[in-house]
Amino acid sequence: MRYAILMHYGEPADGELAEETITEARRQFDIYAKALEQAGVLVSADVLQPVLATTTVTRRDGELRVQDGPFAETKEVLAGIFLVDVADLDAAIGWAGTCPGAQWGTIEVRPVATAFLDGRWSN
Amino acid sequence: MVELTTLAARDSYGRLLALLFAVTSDVAAAEDALADAFERAVRTWPERGTPGNPDGWLLTVARNRLRDRWRSADLRRVVPLEESRDAPAHLDELDVDAIPDRRLELMLVCAHPAIDPAVHTPLMLNTVLGFTAGQIGRAFSTPGATMATRLVRAKRRIKAAGIPFRLPDRGDLPGRMTAVLEAVYGAYAIDATGEALHLAGVLTELAPDEPEAHGLAALMQLSAARAEARTDGDGRFVPLGEQDPARWDRELIERAHRHLRRAHACGRLGRFQLEAAIQAVHCVRPANWRSLLALHEVLDSVAPSLGASVAHAVVVAEVEGAAAGLARLDALAGDRFQPARAARAHLLERLGRVGEAVTAYRMAIELTSDPAERDYLKERLVRLDG
Repeated sequence: MRYAILMHYGEPADGELAEETITEARRQFDIYAKALEQAGVLVSADVLQPVLATTTVTRRDGELRVQDGPFAETKEVLAGIFLVDVADLDAAIGWAGTCPGAQWGTIEVRPVATAFLDGRWSN
Repeated sequence: MVELTTLAARDSYGRLLALLFAVTSDVAAAEDALADAFERAVRTWPERGTPGNPDGWLLTVARNRLRDRWRSADLRRVVPLEESRDAPAHLDELDVDAIPDRRLELMLVCAHPAIDPAVHTPLMLNTVLGFTAGQIGRAFSTPGATMATRLVRAKRRIKAAGIPFRLPDRGDLPGRMTAVLEAVYGAYAIDATGEALHLAGVLTELAPDEPEAHGLAALMQLSAARAEARTDGDGRFVPLGEQDPARWDRELIERAHRHLRRAHACGRLGRFQLEAAIQAVHCVRPANWRSLLALHEVLDSVAPSLGASVAHAVVVAEVEGAAAGLARLDALAGDRFQPARAARAHLLERLGRVGEAVTAYRMAIELTSDPAERDYLKERLVRLDG
């Protein structure tokens, strides 16, 4: 099954994190992504820009509306997405637990319902 | 769903559901198929006689139902099916002549960390023992429709989230077992004593090397052994110290001791074994308060809880005096905890602090839901207050 490992955490303010902290986090993400790849379960890994850079788009009211900012103002925001293909929820939880983001944030594990692969939706 | 009335029927139900679930990974579909099979059995067995292999018969019918469902045009129209994912190919692997017991895997699914802990016990009663949502709702003082909704949601979640039907890795098993044991204990706390005792017994057979499973079985048996003696002939509450040991169920106590010996042989101590050991000491007269104190001290360090702390304070009162017990009780945060309030009232009475004891009894009575115990506390209050 494909699972999205969604990292949520509070964004640090400018200058809040020491340079060493950032370097250490990068190092951990590098180890983590390589471990996923070596296990043959990694589909994709994306760490997102801060919410400052996000734009919300909707046509819910008929017209196209483009807005500055996230869908919902929350303290913790979506910060990155790892997509993995593993046997079951226990395996996905195992990977989520070793995700570096789990040390300073919360990880949401969500199964993928359908994916566009090889030119068609998987089911 | 046919209402199951015997433990044997519940055993069949749980075993068969576990198997069907294992091959479909869809609890709801497995349940529907099995319910059909039980209904057909109720219709046809009285006339034609019970088949030689009843479980094999039920499994065959349920398996065919699942096949029909797979073939049915209705389903195909509603949901596009994926051959590799949904085809019940594994159905052919079910051997109706050799039915394995995979209820432990089913219990682990029910108590999976990804499922709301409040649903663990209801889900187990429903899937492993075949209780209906209505029956479970009554036991939990929840409307049947509300309970049904919770169960349906949990089952959809099992399928959608991909909760696996298999034993976890050796390292994860003890932690996962704790949730299973707590869910079984939860079944005992509600009005399903016989079934919960049975379930605990089944668990010790499925996980014979898990000391806490034996500890839980022993704890429940020791508690059940004294259930009769908790009220006298007139339905009045009898506190433990005044119970007539002749009215305790000796056979249950003996079975509990066998479980405790098995647990001890595993060499890993835990909360349920300690609680059972405490109850075992309570079943010996005269009470050995020093042993109880030692056991409570270990329990406090292994698995601290408010309930255990209150019981600990009561034992301290017996060994070191009522004042020491009261000091312990007052250090706890149990303002609305009935056992703490009742124990406090008794200790104040023993210390001759009548005014405070009267107030404490009134508070305890207010928090007591068991009618027999409430009457007992009222009697003590009247004796004290005149």
